[in-house]
Amino acid sequence: MQKFTTFTSIAVPLKRANIDTDSIIPKQFLKSIKRSGFGANLFDEWRYLDHGEIGMDNSKRPLNMNFVLNQAKYQDAKILLVLKNFGCGSSREHAPWALEDYGFKTIIAPSFADIFYNNCFKNGILPIVQNNNVMDKLFSSTDKITINLDTQSINLNNNTYHFEIDIERKIRLINGLDDISLTLQYINDIKAFEKHYFNKYNWL
Amino acid sequence: MAKTLYNKLMDAHVIRENISTVLIYIDRHLIHEVTSPQAFEGLSIAGRKLWRKSSNLAVPDHNVPTTNRSSGVSSISDPTSRIQIETLGQNCKFFGIDEISMNDIRQGIVHVIGPEQGATLPGMSIVCGDSHTSTHGALGALAFGIGTSEVEHVLATNCLWQSKSKNFNIEVNGSLNQHVSAKDVALYIIGQLGTAGGMGYAIEFSGNTIQNMSIEARMTLCNMAIEAGARIGMVAVDEKTIDYVKDRPLAPSGIKWRKAVEYWRTLHSDKNAHFDKIMHFDAKDIKSQVTWGTSPDMVVAADEYVPNPANAKNKTEKISWKNALNYMHLNANTKISDIKIDKIFIGSCTNSRIEDLRIAASILKDKKIANNIKLALVVPGSGIIKKQAEEEELDKIFINSGFEWREAGCSMCLAMNADKLEAGERCASTSNRNFEGRQGQGSFTHLVSPAVAASSAIAGYLSEVK
Repeated sequence: MQKFTTFTSIAVPLKRANIDTDSIIPKQFLKSIKRSGFGANLFDEWRYLDHGEIGMDNSKRPLNMNFVLNQAKYQDAKILLVLKNFGCGSSREHAPWALEDYGFKTIIAPSFADIFYNNCFKNGILPIVQNNNVMDKLFSSTDKITINLDTQSINLNNNTYHFEIDIERKIRLINGLDDISLTLQYINDIKAFEKHYFNKYNWL
Repeated sequence: MAKTLYNKLMDAHVIRENISTVLIYIDRHLIHEVTSPQAFEGLSIAGRKLWRKSSNLAVPDHNVPTTNRSSGVSSISDPTSRIQIETLGQNCKFFGIDEISMNDIRQGIVHVIGPEQGATLPGMSIVCGDSHTSTHGALGALAFGIGTSEVEHVLATNCLWQSKSKNFNIEVNGSLNQHVSAKDVALYIIGQLGTAGGMGYAIEFSGNTIQNMSIEARMTLCNMAIEAGARIGMVAVDEKTIDYVKDRPLAPSGIKWRKAVEYWRTLHSDKNAHFDKIMHFDAKDIKSQVTWGTSPDMVVAADEYVPNPANAKNKTEKISWKNALNYMHLNANTKISDIKIDKIFIGSCTNSRIEDLRIAASILKDKKIANNIKLALVVPGSGIIKKQAEEEELDKIFINSGFEWREAGCSMCLAMNADKLEAGERCASTSNRNFEGRQGQGSFTHLVSPAVAASSAIAGYLSEVK
């Protein structure tokens, strides 16, 4: 996983609440057995005017120019602004894969669904929770925003907004750590646990 | 100290505690074809082995066709679906994982076959790369959905890093009204809580309404916990749970059984255990439910009307309601029973168990579906449920009324196989999600109970049981 570093970018304002992972990446694209290439189908049903299927040449498909992601000024955005409960529904990790592949590094919302929130950290995406007052300020500006994970701050036009993040998740993102290697450091703890556990619950 | 069921289950599985997370042991890992290929690939690239082979059980369910299966996986016409199912088979063979393959009678939806096979036991920690893993909590297990990176993590270590959830007790008391089932209870609660009301919590469903429910009904309820935003839904173990598990193929027997039962009887929240949130519901307030929008909390009683965005409680909700009505091609204040439907789907990990099929069949007996219904499907949750239903001749009732009787799988709940809605089609569905495009791009889903699906099929309109 890539290390998460401070960056500055404009933000795409997608003013919808309860955006589910079916909307982020529709099911037909889940038939891929690969981890990459989902970015072109991010928000597929909102982004294109036709019906998308796996294997299509997405550059030739008709775009829905009313959808905010397609507007010229947001083309290089690395930050996504959304309303509450982003990523609800299915546990599909294809949702953060699609967001990451498209180029998003941070999503800012008043709240995130639990499984999606957790999946973001496995893919180098930083989900940031902010209250509605800050969200309103972010939504109402088109200026560049700086995200600094080290200082846990969002900077917009010389205003700084603090955000909370679990310390362990922060360390893993900043160092781009692989969870499995980290867990395997505790191999003796796991083995000791198993010995005791299977003795006690011997039907398992 | 008095403990909640959730805390008892967590404590039994903690290997070590870090600053803010705990490493917990995973007893059972259920695998399906959609969220596992990238995990197996990651394992192979890193040259890692399975930590504990026997904890894994795999089954293809999302992509499987529900017709013409006799010639096997190679005959699946959609090449991407076929490759995904073949890949699961190859991965299981390579890593030595037990797989219940497509033409095995035990095949079915992962959350149906787990309990059915006894792969789900009370007290277990159970994960699967699927959000509806909450279903298994109905047996007093610690069960939740995970993403593919965590699937890989569990394959390699049988552990997961977790933040502790808060405890939420939802108590329902009283007798359910006639034709009202666990699905209606789930939708009603979600309507009250909202789709984020359970966020950050493990929900325990309690009260005498829940105690009086069958294990199948409890599974329906826990299955929908995730639609209220809670990764975990649970019910305490009681004698019904133990009776349900007894003699299942993977359940313990003899001395081990007695020892297990002794432990399982402790799996309930202690009196005076602390809950961070408590809600009470009265069963008599719950009527048959129908969703009208594009989120499971957009729900009303079947005898009510599509709500008016003017009555939304805030601006965000007002915009969401307007978007939903626009997508669903519905007008505010329309009577639910005036909404005409095109297709019916009875199935999914929410409502495809034997008692769901019995309820639907009891309503359809000697009746015909309305002329405007283009397709009505019954997709049993497993091959074993299908066989059981056929022994009870439920299949005959469905077929005589105009339904199609299919093979087991996820089917039209998420339309990854050939069973889907066309754009503009409207469906009464016993599944769990009414998101935009869930059952087919541009299609409209109304979530209902098996009873309402059956009576709607007869009426041709969304309809409570008359």
